[in-house]
Amino acid sequence: MTKEQEITCIICPIGCKIIVQSDGTTAEAITGHRCKQGIIYAQTEALDPRRMLTSSILVHNGTWPLVSVKTIKSIPKEKIFSALKEIQKTVVDAPIKRGDVLIHNVAHLYIDIVATKTISIKKK
Amino acid sequence: MKHTMADIAIIGAGPAGLAAAVAAYDTGIHNILILDRNNWLGGILPQCIHDGFGIEETGTSMTGPEYAEMYTDMVKKRNIPTWQETMALKITKNNTIHAINKEGLHHIKAQSIILAMGCREKTRWNALIPGTRPSGIYTAGAAQAFINLYNIIPGNKILVLGSGDVGLIMARRLKFEGADVLGVVELLPYASGLPRNVVQCLDDYDIPLYLNHTVTNIQGKERLTHVTIALINKNGEPVANTESTIQCDTLLLSLGLIPENELTKTIDIQLDTITGGSIVNEHFETTMSGIFTCGNCLQVYDTVDLLAKNAKRAGIAAAHHVLEKPPENKQKICVRAGKNVQYVIPQTIQKPGLHTLTLRVKKPCGPVQLYLKTDKQIISKKKIRWVNPANMLEFQVRIPENLFKDNRSFEVNIDD
Ligand SMILES: Cc1cc2nc3c(=O)[nH]c(=O)nc-3n(C[C@H](O)[C@H](O)[C@H](O)COP(=O)(O)OP(=O)(O)OC[C@H]3O[C@@H](n4cnc5c(N)ncnc54)[C@H](O)[C@@H]3O)c2cc1C
Ligand code: SF4
Repeated sequence: MTKEQEITCIICPIGCKIIVQSDGTTAEAITGHRCKQGIIYAQTEALDPRRMLTSSILVHNGTWPLVSVKTIKSIPKEKIFSALKEIQKTVVDAPIKRGDVLIHNVAHLYIDIVATKTISIKKK
Repeated sequence: MKHTMADIAIIGAGPAGLAAAVAAYDTGIHNILILDRNNWLGGILPQCIHDGFGIEETGTSMTGPEYAEMYTDMVKKRNIPTWQETMALKITKNNTIHAINKEGLHHIKAQSIILAMGCREKTRWNALIPGTRPSGIYTAGAAQAFINLYNIIPGNKILVLGSGDVGLIMARRLKFEGADVLGVVELLPYASGLPRNVVQCLDDYDIPLYLNHTVTNIQGKERLTHVTIALINKNGEPVANTESTIQCDTLLLSLGLIPENELTKTIDIQLDTITGGSIVNEHFETTMSGIFTCGNCLQVYDTVDLLAKNAKRAGIAAAHHVLEKPPENKQKICVRAGKNVQYVIPQTIQKPGLHTLTLRVKKPCGPVQLYLKTDKQIISKKKIRWVNPANMLEFQVRIPENLFKDNRSFEVNIDD
């Protein structure tokens, strides 16, 4: 079944509204794009929309109560809330270094969640 | 009272102050001192945990804390001293900074000073929103600090006023934390944040954006209970009978940022009434010789990349001031904002040659012509595909010698 949707291109600040027709395996930009980059963006966005996920994880014994984190790659849009659930359940101990893997294989995506901040142990 | 001497003293350890410090150090000035009132380095960035920083500069999309640590590491590697939990109170003649910290009062005398105090957010009182004064009304940035630094969720049912990037990002952040985000209300007919944030923060989570709307009343005694929103006409006035009441316990204000220049006002530096920052020449030098400025206290940048790039230029200029002790240059031409241009930086130029200028337009349109003219001649012309107030424009132009003889001013215009 083909479906038509409107996608706002985010590649540049013009923000063209691109109409895309897709059947689930292929997608084609119909109107609205002003350049080639927009066509490529709209195709991926229609077939496999992905997002970087950033949030924070509770820290035990650190100089800050939270450590900011990110997915190491973008993840499928529909997996965001399952990933967030795992993030909200997790507590880690200080010290933490930027780049440390804090959750392996989040939401069974074979993608890790890493710290984006360095946190040392709280002095007593 | 303690006395300290430095070649360069920098106020503010945000990305602007840190980048300026690194560039000044690499230009050959090593006696640098950075002051900040916080007990961390990086300024506002550690609370901006989303990604999108440093794309132009490093080719990868970093989060705010990562970008901050990149610069903090560079500063540490060079052993540049930083005084944290130190508040600069005023600046007096002969480039002396009066600052206070747990050790007491300090006088810091420097050959060059770099002002890098960042910006602050507009509040309810800037927008004059009528109603009661309950708790539950926060600036978006304050809420961002609560959630991302201190693990405090400001409320459950949230409405956001203003569609700037911080507001959009906070709408998504609160959704992630399980709050009910009821919508974003924007006075203008278009979002003021980037399309990327409208798509990825609102559309992705079906958060409604009410364009041409504003908040006309706030209700609640102890805690906020209701907010009234209404459609706005072309003159910016609420239209009768379009009000609707939204039940919520939290209102976040994302009304824009104002350069932080209370300190600048303590010494006779001229400010630009449009940018809210200092008036500068091409070296980011203020109207006070030896005092430079960069980052969001000069102008509110949209990306940290351009901010850091310009901050480095300010750092280099401050270092040259120490190295060369240039005599005060009296010759200058003025740069004025013309058609569809809010402001241009620098506001003055001292020497002919190739210069980099930044400007912000008044309204979105395209394609357009960017042209620079004096009352006698057109200096340069350039086609641009699209301009938008949300995107600062950076461009280069060669200023001819003859301008310094007669006109002493030129105008920057955007024409469609
Ligand atoms: C709430 C908020 C959220 C933002 N979110 C984003 C975002 O998501 N993405 C983005 O690209 N940009 C964002 N920005 C813009 C952001 O400010 C810039 O990207 C960048 O952090 C600005 O750098 P800066 O060094 O100019 O200022 P800042 O990072 O604000 O640093 C200024 C520093 O100066 C210190 N200071 C000020 N006055 C004094 C004084 N008198 N004495 C001692 N120290 C002083 C402050 O404590 C602070 O540490 C945001 C801004 C705000 C206000
Ligand atoms: S289609 Fe091209 S011009 Fe339009 S927003 Fe995308 S990148 Fe920009």
